[in-house]
Amino acid sequence: MAPATRFVLLIGWLGYALMPWYLVEGMGLTRWGWLAEYPFGKAGSALALALSGQTPWLLPVGIALAAVTLFWGSQDRQRTAAVLIWAGALGMLLFFAQAFAIVLKDQGIAWLAALLGGAGAAQRGIGGGAFVTLLSLLFLLCHGLAYRGICRGDLFTTSTIGLIILLIGIFIFFPVAIILKSALVDQNGAFALSAFVERFLDSSIWGLGCVTSNTNCGVAWNTLILAVLCGVITTLLGLACALLILRTGMPGKRIMRALTVLPIITPPFVIGLALILLFGRAGAVSTLLYEWFDVPRSRWLYGLPGVLLAQVLAFAPIAFLVLIGVVQGISPSLEEASQTLGAKRWQTFRTVTWPLLKPGIANSFLLGFVESMADFGNPLVLGGNFEVLSTKIFFAVVGASYNQGQAAVLAIVLLAFTLGAFWVQQRWLGDKSYTTVTGKGDSGLPTPLPRRISWLSVAVIVPWVALTVVIYIVILVGGFVRNMGRDYTPTLQHYLTGFAIDFSDGIYFQGSAWSSFFTTVKVAAISAPLTALIGLLTAYLLTRQRFRGRSTLEFATMLSFAIPGTVLGVAYILAFNVPPVEITGTGLILVIAFVFRNMPVGVRSGIAGLSQIDKSLDEASTTLRARSFTTLWRVVLPLLKPALVSALVYSFVRSMTAVSAVIFLVSAEYNLSTAYIVGRVEAGEFGLAIAYSSVLIVFMALGIALIQLGVGERKLGRRKLIPLSSSAAEPLKPGVAAS
Amino acid sequence: MKAGPASVEFRNVSMRYGAVTAVDDVSFTIEAGKLVTLLGPSGCGKTTTLRMIAGLEIASEGQILIGGKDVTKLSAADRDVSMVFQSYALFPHMSVLENAAYGPTVKGLGKEQAKQMALEKLALVGLKGFESRYPSELSGGQQQRVAVARALVLEPQVLLFDEPLSNLDAKLRRRVREEIRELQQDLNLTVAYVTHDQEEALAVSDRIIVMSNARIAQEGAPRDLYEQPANAFVADFIGDANLIDVTVKAVADGRADVGIGSATVSLPARGLGTGPAKVAIRPEALLLGAAGQAGALPGTIRKCAYLGNHLDIMVETEVGELFVVQYGVRDLLEQGAPVAVSFAKSGVTLIPPL
Repeated sequence: MAPATRFVLLIGWLGYALMPWYLVEGMGLTRWGWLAEYPFGKAGSALALALSGQTPWLLPVGIALAAVTLFWGSQDRQRTAAVLIWAGALGMLLFFAQAFAIVLKDQGIAWLAALLGGAGAAQRGIGGGAFVTLLSLLFLLCHGLAYRGICRGDLFTTSTIGLIILLIGIFIFFPVAIILKSALVDQNGAFALSAFVERFLDSSIWGLGCVTSNTNCGVAWNTLILAVLCGVITTLLGLACALLILRTGMPGKRIMRALTVLPIITPPFVIGLALILLFGRAGAVSTLLYEWFDVPRSRWLYGLPGVLLAQVLAFAPIAFLVLIGVVQGISPSLEEASQTLGAKRWQTFRTVTWPLLKPGIANSFLLGFVESMADFGNPLVLGGNFEVLSTKIFFAVVGASYNQGQAAVLAIVLLAFTLGAFWVQQRWLGDKSYTTVTGKGDSGLPTPLPRRISWLSVAVIVPWVALTVVIYIVILVGGFVRNMGRDYTPTLQHYLTGFAIDFSDGIYFQGSAWSSFFTTVKVAAISAPLTALIGLLTAYLLTRQRFRGRSTLEFATMLSFAIPGTVLGVAYILAFNVPPVEITGTGLILVIAFVFRNMPVGVRSGIAGLSQIDKSLDEASTTLRARSFTTLWRVVLPLLKPALVSALVYSFVRSMTAVSAVIFLVSAEYNLSTAYIVGRVEAGEFGLAIAYSSVLIVFMALGIALIQLGVGERKLGRRKLIPLSSSAAEPLKPGVAAS
Repeated sequence: MKAGPASVEFRNVSMRYGAVTAVDDVSFTIEAGKLVTLLGPSGCGKTTTLRMIAGLEIASEGQILIGGKDVTKLSAADRDVSMVFQSYALFPHMSVLENAAYGPTVKGLGKEQAKQMALEKLALVGLKGFESRYPSELSGGQQQRVAVARALVLEPQVLLFDEPLSNLDAKLRRRVREEIRELQQDLNLTVAYVTHDQEEALAVSDRIIVMSNARIAQEGAPRDLYEQPANAFVADFIGDANLIDVTVKAVADGRADVGIGSATVSLPARGLGTGPAKVAIRPEALLLGAAGQAGALPGTIRKCAYLGNHLDIMVETEVGELFVVQYGVRDLLEQGAPVAVSFAKSGVTLIPPL
């Protein structure tokens, strides 16, 4: 048995025999109250509880560990391998069997519970001991497989693969499966396909009232129409802007680049909020129009126009980011070739440039489409009677008419839409992108745009940029006036309410926003490194290791790109509200939600970073007798630092701005900034909301600038640094940026 | 302390990627202490073969033995084999010394010992004084030496080179290949060397294995391959050759009377019987003389190019265009001038028709 395997086994015994098996509330290193319940009470270890007869169903798990321990000193590799595989696999099987069979009273799987000796019993959610034991069993299984020669016999590789699969299984597939399950059962929990069909075909989802009569259309149609419009408009704006910047002498490149950073650091509903302050019934512009031109105040903003406007403003920079890459990727030589063959400017554009742009445009459209589908904040703030899937899901869960089944069905519809778009993108566009950037130098000069295209572009862009600038001015100014649109008296009142600090008696964070702010920073700071770690490990496995099921794993991680935050939030609250994993209301669930919501970002930047590192470096390390872990630690990781940093920053920032997933998961104790701000908006306290938003934006802008400075100064000539703008653009694939 | 050089043996080894067969049923032996080149055009499977020796690819079928021990399923980290990569694969974030000391360091030898071993091998390749530089601060040739030193540090049983000279300019190439050969002979190393450059292969090898389409086309000493090519592919790939369809008229005492157009030449039969065959004629084995010479092929000059120490000449004859090289200073030949083409004693080889 290898030393690493012995270590894993010891850890397993630690989890099984010493650590508290179940989740203990209020447990901490400073609070020792739980010791009273140790080891035979609530905080007992599995071994103590099982031997004292309280939880006999935990005994088999210990037997699995004991079986492995018998082979502690064995030299027979094949026998040990067999024992490890069987003990690990059966141990995990029994672990999950008891965890799902015996949950709350009268729930779970009765016959299995009886079989395991726990008929009628109940147990709480698993805690540290159980989790550590599970990991140990998993690693024992993986080590056994490695002994058998899987993955060239590398313990580290098999263990990592096992870990990633387990985590994705528990925290992505299990919750989504729970959603499907809740959609298929009726209010009493009995399986009922008819209930599903009835809910699914409900006219509130698919109704065509807006066409046939004067009522509202189904929420699915609303969402689709909004998403298509948003996709088309953001793409056009992005394209016009990319062409103008790259193909004309128009100034303002730097400003446009800066604009693209804004949506990354802006919480998604803030644009909507600013729009209310400008164009709402009491908004600044509405008031001006009313006072000067007698234009009556109206509620036009609340509904499709407002939501669309907010989404376009929020997501157009993303389209721009994608399309500027595509336009840059078109080799100028191709256009020069066309011109030397006698084509006019317009002909060149039509026959060469445009066909090469097409795949990128389709990509950008799909991105805007998915972003709009997944957007939650803007429809919540501006929707009015115009309901979309994400808000409807929210109200089905938190509203007065709590309806878990309906939420599940709506989530399935939304998931089907985003997965569909994602599938189209992968299947149809996957092999259609023309890479015209080769390794060879290209001395050609880009062809200037035909004049009519230039004018058209300018006409589109100027209002957009102007509006964006105004919006951000509103966001910054809004916090410093008493009531935007009505009373422009400068005041610090909003900031004082939120962020006052009382120095009279030490430092006391008095403001109402501090608690959620600190929680947010803490949760983001904990989840960011975990996200980066899991993401980069997954990227490493996907790009550098060959193993059976690799494409399945790749598909699974890609799938998680397409899951909208709202769906994940609902899934988490349905899945983790009851044992075996009972973590709702804790800070832990927020961390986990962020980690698995942002994991694709880590995977993306990991894959991007790894693809820049020549594979022969790994191989050189291997031929010099280094194992996978050594290679990863000594060669890959140091070279991956830029990707690591960008993954860290990005997941940190996204954790701070996310709304959709976490709004279901916050609790009074663990409230997050964005949830707090949404609450203030709903209460009509726009001043405080906007003040808090600008604090967040400035905080994150400073953070990004700081990190960019830090990364920029790193030495080492040959290695290319990934500029933040592009690495941040990388992860902006379907469903990710929407939060 | 080390086992010294070891032999490498392939027994019916194949490598398949899905439907593609990269190496097809290949068997050969590299004797301990020899430098053997795997030579062939790109895509012939030579690099895959090398990577299978290293353990970077695990063979689909067959057996691989190093030093008589079966290593077929052993991972690269468990084989006593080092490799010099085409791109050198120097770790850009480590200094020259750290690169060279990487092997002993990850093996868990002490820092001091690792450093000593690295310094020794760096001195051996002539890089004393460059220890603290980074790879990006070295020239291509220096980087290549670091790669060699790094591979040598663990004194592997087998050393592999994957096109080590392809990133160097022509002049440097000649020098470095001689250094590699000297190093191999001085340290008595077993070396497998991949290249697509036949001149490089001829210059450094004890033996050459020519590969074509995932199989071995011929193996042997450099001279055997040049003078006794087994088939048209080898004749054409190693050096230049005019390949001409001929008829063997009669065979007697191991010699064949071969009709090349209107001329008849007596060549070693190499086991061939009467009937259609091919000859491979080296360009320098064709002699040009005054038109009308008896027993020679009549021809006409098509092109004649001056290349310093020799002339490249194309001659149109009844058996097709022939490529002729003439050494020594001569006057350029007029285009369209009539000549007679005769054959030298060596450099004309009978090969099977296909």
